[in-house]
Amino acid sequence: MKFQNLTIQEMRQKLISAELTSVELTRACLERIKATDDRLNAFITICEKEALTAAAAADQQLAAGNGALLTGIPVAVKDIFNTLDVRTTCGSKILNDYVSPYDATTITKLRELGAVIVGKLNMDEFAMGSSGENSAVGVAYNPWDPQRVPGGSSSGSAAAVAAGQVVATLGTDTGGSVRQPASHCGVVGLKPTYGRVSRYGVVAFASSLDQVGPVAGNVEDCALMLSAVAGYDPADSTSVDCPVPDYLENLTAGVAGKKIGLPKEYFIDGLDPDIKTAVNAAIETYRQLGAEIVEVSLPHTDYSVASYYLIAMAEASSNLARYDGVRFGRRQDGNKGLIEMYQQTRSAGFGDEVKRRIMMGTYALSSGYYDAYYLKAQKVRTLIRQDFHAVFEQVDLLLTPVAPTPAFKIGAMTDDPLQMYLSDIFTIPTNLAGTCAMSIPCGFSGEGLPIGLQLIGQPFAEAEMLQAAYAFEQATDWNKRVPEL
Amino acid sequence: MKISQKDVEHVARLARLTIAAEELETLTGQMDAILGYVDKLNELDTEAIEPMAHAVPMANAFRADEVKPAMGIERALQNAPVSGDECFTVPKVIE
Repeated sequence: MKFQNLTIQEMRQKLISAELTSVELTRACLERIKATDDRLNAFITICEKEALTAAAAADQQLAAGNGALLTGIPVAVKDIFNTLDVRTTCGSKILNDYVSPYDATTITKLRELGAVIVGKLNMDEFAMGSSGENSAVGVAYNPWDPQRVPGGSSSGSAAAVAAGQVVATLGTDTGGSVRQPASHCGVVGLKPTYGRVSRYGVVAFASSLDQVGPVAGNVEDCALMLSAVAGYDPADSTSVDCPVPDYLENLTAGVAGKKIGLPKEYFIDGLDPDIKTAVNAAIETYRQLGAEIVEVSLPHTDYSVASYYLIAMAEASSNLARYDGVRFGRRQDGNKGLIEMYQQTRSAGFGDEVKRRIMMGTYALSSGYYDAYYLKAQKVRTLIRQDFHAVFEQVDLLLTPVAPTPAFKIGAMTDDPLQMYLSDIFTIPTNLAGTCAMSIPCGFSGEGLPIGLQLIGQPFAEAEMLQAAYAFEQATDWNKRVPEL
Repeated sequence: MKISQKDVEHVARLARLTIAAEELETLTGQMDAILGYVDKLNELDTEAIEPMAHAVPMANAFRADEVKPAMGIERALQNAPVSGDECFTVPKVIE
């Protein structure tokens, strides 16, 4: 059975009409993963047994007429989500044998809605990376070109959807980790407003920035996945208690009369010419759809990478202090006492990029440097948020590129961490400001690589952002192209 | 140089990491480049600006202090590298 060209909604219809069972669909999905994952390396763990059990239960629900939003639909999640009795490695050697003793709230929600979780997806270690290359199990490959990275850190989440292994996935986005790989793989990825989705049970990287987000093959499926996971969670005190709209309800509302801002700081000289062409064409499409396009300014954009990396690294150094070889994770012990055990465990368990960030974060928080680095970065963050606040007084949405270049070649930037950080320039500011943003396919480069368009919405205005994305998708057909594997 | 190899060794001790001798020079160079780059924040006058710790401004999130079911000792210990007597076991701390 071929399911790769079906959307979630189409799968649901076939399941409800009994044209298809969830067990059949899940089997086909598992076969597709097995047939393609040597090429892609998108999965860290495949949950065949668990998935087939869940699929059989879903079929009973469907037969009884009790189908929910995702009943019987096979999905996969980044290996950063705790999933009961299944390994959660976070792409790290230090968690290689860690088996989750509980479900993340988002996983509970997916299960309650009947989703079938088929596996855990590859990622940069502890979500630190822009290429997928910092994974302990090796890089996931871009479905469009095996010599290129899929983007990161949610590398597997984007590659798996683009390659038709699963119809939708969950990732996490701290500085662009859902949007940038979605852009590089030609799929739809959304970073909700900070506080929109619970992070309980999601391994923490930088707590003031991390947010869970869906990846799917089209805007409607992305909206459906967001509806499934959004909402306040008493177990996450940073989640926000405001009502969750039905993101599917007014998807066709269009953009006529909407004001879309182009922040001039995002249309820089260094922008890849193919990206410029694709984004300019997208702007023209929006104009034809009746949107009013205006130039705006986010004056502190150029400081966002510096502010972001200081904050993210400082928070990471604190969050990752828990990997000490005592309560979970591997232990390396030379019988030389506790401190030595900590050092050996952490040095053997973490990869280079994670160590670098822990080192930088520890330095930025250390006595004598705190004010100069961490506090300074937090103050600049206020300026960046004020930029967005001011701009959203003038426009409904912002439109920008997602990344300055299409997917780069594997190994191109591994020796130059700073250069890699700078590639996150267009996605980072929204994490600092806390607003929502998404990536949708808007074209291909001369070399046939996907290009993503970023829409940035006001805080908690995901519905409006999705409507604009849907209008673009209906007017174009970029999301219909699929890679040949 | 904004940071010396000696500084890097000191930070490594604070972070409970050991940096191999052959990695020290590369890491120091990379950290120096990053610190050089983030220096650009000093172009901005932030004297009167409040620092921002969270994307959503919120005060303390209080909840009622109620007893609720927890995951249980067996579950909590299932991933411990070494455990015994319902406790995590650690290397000897005091000689």
